Amino acid sequence: MLTSRGSGSELEVLAVGAEAVLLKGYFLGIKSVYKVRVPKPYRNPKLDLKVRRERTSAEAKHMISARRGGVNSPYILLVDPDAGVIVMEYIEGDLLRNILNSLPECRACTLLEHIGIMAGRLHNEGIVHGDLTTSNIIVCRRIGKPYLIDFGLARASEDIEDRGVDVHLFLRSLESVHFRVKDMAFRCFLNGYGKVVGEENLTKVVNKVKEIRLRGRYVEERRRRHH
Amino acid sequence: MKTIVLGVESTAHTFGVGIVKEREIIADTRYRYEPEKGGIHPREAALYFMNIGPSAISEALRSAGISARDLTGVAVALGPGLGPCLRVGATHARAMAAYLNKPLIPVNHAVAHIEVGKLVTNVKDPLIVYLSGGNTLIAAFNEGRYRVFGETLDIALGNFMDTFVREIGLAPPYVVNGVHQLDRCAEKGKELIDLPYVVKGQDVSFSGLLTAALRAVRRGVPIENVCYSVREIAYSAIVEVSERALVHTDKKEVLVVGGVAASKYLKEKFEIMSSSRGVELAIVPPKYAVDNGVMIAWTGLLAFKSGITIEPERAYVRQRWRLDDVDIPWFGQ
Ligand SMILES: Nc1ncnc2c1ncn2[C@@H]1O[C@H](COP(=O)(O)OP(=O)(O)OP(=O)(O)O)[C@@H](O)[C@H]1O
Ligand SMILES: Nc1ncnc2c1ncn2[C@@H]1O[C@H](COP(=O)(O)OP(=O)(O)O)[C@@H](O)[C@H]1O
Ligand SMILES: [Mg+2]
Ligand SMILES: [Mg+2]
Repeated sequence: MLTSRGSGSELEVLAVGAEAVLLKGYFLGIKSVYKVRVPKPYRNPKLDLKVRRERTSAEAKHMISARRGGVNSPYILLVDPDAGVIVMEYIEGDLLRNILNSLPECRACTLLEHIGIMAGRLHNEGIVHGDLTTSNIIVCRRIGKPYLIDFGLARASEDIEDRGVDVHLFLRSLESVHFRVKDMAFRCFLNGYGKVVGEENLTKVVNKVKEIRLRGRYVEERRRRHH
Repeated sequence: MKTIVLGVESTAHTFGVGIVKEREIIADTRYRYEPEKGGIHPREAALYFMNIGPSAISEALRSAGISARDLTGVAVALGPGLGPCLRVGATHARAMAAYLNKPLIPVNHAVAHIEVGKLVTNVKDPLIVYLSGGNTLIAAFNEGRYRVFGETLDIALGNFMDTFVREIGLAPPYVVNGVHQLDRCAEKGKELIDLPYVVKGQDVSFSGLLTAALRAVRRGVPIENVCYSVREIAYSAIVEVSERALVHTDKKEVLVVGGVAASKYLKEKFEIMSSSRGVELAIVPPKYAVDNGVMIAWTGLLAFKSGITIEPERAYVRQRWRLDDVDIPWFGQ
């Protein structure tokens, strides 16, 4: 299963992610990425198997729906949830995380607006990404367009809460790694997002993001005092 | 001359006074408010702090064998924390600084947990995993500040564990002989039951797990198995988001701070993860992992040496003072 039979080429390690090892090779002659979710020995084996299986099927399923909804994401070639393996199209490009800080402002803004549009389309499609960060966006070298990857934590949801979490995760990745450009970047992102989801939804989601950011400390006590 | 700083901690349940003389800890006085039942009641805790505050300060000075005049400055945790509790510490520290005419140094409680952790474990530039009653936070230093890479979307890990064992009648007390009641109850469990495992990006969420676990207990699932499943799921989720953040930040050390760092089951999981990633793991010993005055004094000393002080009349408490709002000019020194 993990040999690229017939292509004559070997698989080479592309990246070692947090939960998966990514290999580069050919599948049916197409330049592909093999994403293999490896066991986590610190997790109970039953839990580990369940988590890997669920995330593998979720990733494939939602990547396919995302593409259908007009979101650029890799084409899925093969899925094996029990083995924790997905084979997908290889996207030649750079991670947004590695290039955002050095992009000219107007190029960055156009790109972020496009990402906002993709997030909006995904949400309109009834899907939340669950791990929306600049590490999970590849800027395609050939056409300069952003591609969304890493759908393992994606879910079908139309809740404002879940949409708010997506936007919160994206904002936090800007704050932690791209804080010099974060205000501009977030503004451009919301601009694109709002175009797709509409003014009313935009406001709801932005307010939810504010609410999420105020949570955390002794929530229970605060609740008790306020009611 | 050596710098001597006294620090006051009062953000939640502990009124702590610590004194440091450069890197040496010369006083560590703690008074802990223990609610009779239920969680912490901020105003009751504050009342208790008001009663013991002045004597806690004299006790610290006495045990250090110095007089208040020998202090270089007075540091205080101005946040984040519970308003009524914070105000008691701030009032004491302001009064002391003004009376002695010594500089007052503002300290962020979360920064202090990190700095004392680095002091006692000797790590330099770690991924920080802060797990306490009130906080669940993953952070790392990046250009001038500790930036937040992950957090809880609802309740903190410690608060979650405490609430669960309280609701099923196993607590208070929450910790007996250094072992949390959840860990104790889980030791007898064997079977993993199906409960929600929630990870979103580098964030965790425990409210769904809490509801489902309480429902399972009510449904009659053996309590040990529920405890075991809760422990496995909650700790694994924490270790997973830490691993994600580690890959994201590319740090070579992990520092676990906060009261929950004392759990040996959590430690086991962190050990497996760190060795598989080839990074160094440092767990702050329980004594300095929980709230204390020493961490405020030590961070105050670092801040003071970087020229950070505040006028007493401007030293307001900040209940929601975020970690990433604080400049860390002393980093790497
Ligand atoms: N041995 C232990 N194992 C697991 N958890 C523990 C242990 N000892 C204490 N805890 C938990 O640690 C928490 C208290 O930690 P700590 O004193 O650092 O936090 P806090 O003061 O409540 O919060 P904060 O740091 O946010 O102000 C409680 O939830 C407690 O149940
Ligand atoms: N389809 C793809 N084409 C090119 N590179 C990819 C592709 N999918 C993943 N990668 C690379 O592998 C890395 C990790 O993949 P990702 O799916 O995000 O896994 P993880 O869940 O471990 O973060 C990405 O950051 C990216 O560099
Ligand atoms: Mg990823
Ligand atoms: Mg604390």
